[in-house]
Amino acid sequence: MNSAIEISGLRKEYKGFTLRDVSFTLPQGFIMGLIGPNGAGKTTIIKLILNLIRRNAGDIKVFGLDAIKHEAEIKARIGFVHETPRFIEDATLKDIKLAIAPFYEKWDEKMFRSLISEFALPLEKKFKKLSHGMKMKLQIALALSHDADLLLMDEPTSGLDPVFRRELLEQLSGLMQNEQKAVLFSTHITSDLERTADYITFINDGEIVFSLPKDVIKEKWGIVKGAKELLLKKSRGMFKGVRETDFGFEALTDDIPSARREFDSGVVIERASIEDVMIFMDKGGDHA
Amino acid sequence: MKVIISNSSPDPIYEQINRQIKAQIISGDLAEGEALPSIRKLAQELLISVITTKRAYDELEREGFINTVSGKGTYVAVQNQELLKEKKMKIVEEKLAEAVSEAKMMGIGLDHLEDMLKLLFKEDQ
Repeated sequence: MNSAIEISGLRKEYKGFTLRDVSFTLPQGFIMGLIGPNGAGKTTIIKLILNLIRRNAGDIKVFGLDAIKHEAEIKARIGFVHETPRFIEDATLKDIKLAIAPFYEKWDEKMFRSLISEFALPLEKKFKKLSHGMKMKLQIALALSHDADLLLMDEPTSGLDPVFRRELLEQLSGLMQNEQKAVLFSTHITSDLERTADYITFINDGEIVFSLPKDVIKEKWGIVKGAKELLLKKSRGMFKGVRETDFGFEALTDDIPSARREFDSGVVIERASIEDVMIFMDKGGDHA
Repeated sequence: MKVIISNSSPDPIYEQINRQIKAQIISGDLAEGEALPSIRKLAQELLISVITTKRAYDELEREGFINTVSGKGTYVAVQNQELLKEKKMKIVEEKLAEAVSEAKMMGIGLDHLEDMLKLLFKEDQ
């Protein structure tokens, strides 16, 4: 299995924020969701992969090639969707397409036309007249129209309605019919990842908390709920995060079977959603 | 092939797929040698992770229900007839055991149960 993205020991220092020791691998043929709260470093990682900003340390390889040395070659194979789409405000969608298409050797006009009609995008309309959702759709259509091997998408679903978000997932799933392709998808709408994502990488405060196959989380991770008295000092340590109220406690475990052994039938254990994982690890991780 | 995924089921998705395909092979709805969709196709249709569909197929293959011919595809394996019969009997046996324990709990005797079984069997024919 070849890797689409291979990051090791990545570091980027800003005033007041440091992305540190980031390492993860996305194999070809798979979709990875990059999750984390706002300001965690998701966009910074994507910018570093694209070599849009300078890194302080570490290695980034895309399709086995160094991201700095082979920047141009790599970029030709990447479809990029930015959180805030920026094109010339007065250009029509047609103008934008005409400006962008020549950069790509593998531009697929037929694909673009079919996406435009599928997404109901008005080619004659000026960019500034589009809604945010329309702008996102335009970006997505452009990213999907040059047979990119890697899609880097920074919050592609923010501001999009559930119907289109589902359509995007279907597009990505269709793309994955080709085992050479890969998608890195940052989002805080975690429900988009529950279905199609193969891997989940969670970043918090500039550090990778975990990078795992989603099925491991779906199978082993759970929320334990019970009366406060049950939450003894020794059992606290086994949780990734704990929330207490006047009426009881809720805690995140990465090992449902051992939580079941520990608490027996005194508690309720439910499977954790990606959202649960994010909330518990952000708020409660340090106090557990 | 029919697969229905329940998001509210406590069973993991790979297990739901595994169970449903297995049931269709045992019942004969999926015939020997029949081609199954590829793991990527199935993932696309169900809009789930490729890792999930791969795991479901891997387990079916380990249990001898399907074969994957690399480069060609996945097929329903030739079933050992004795084994298949045994599996079918086991499914019915489990259901009957359930009925028996229910009957005992409610104080229904064997003679009554036999009558009921005969009646139901004929009714269905």
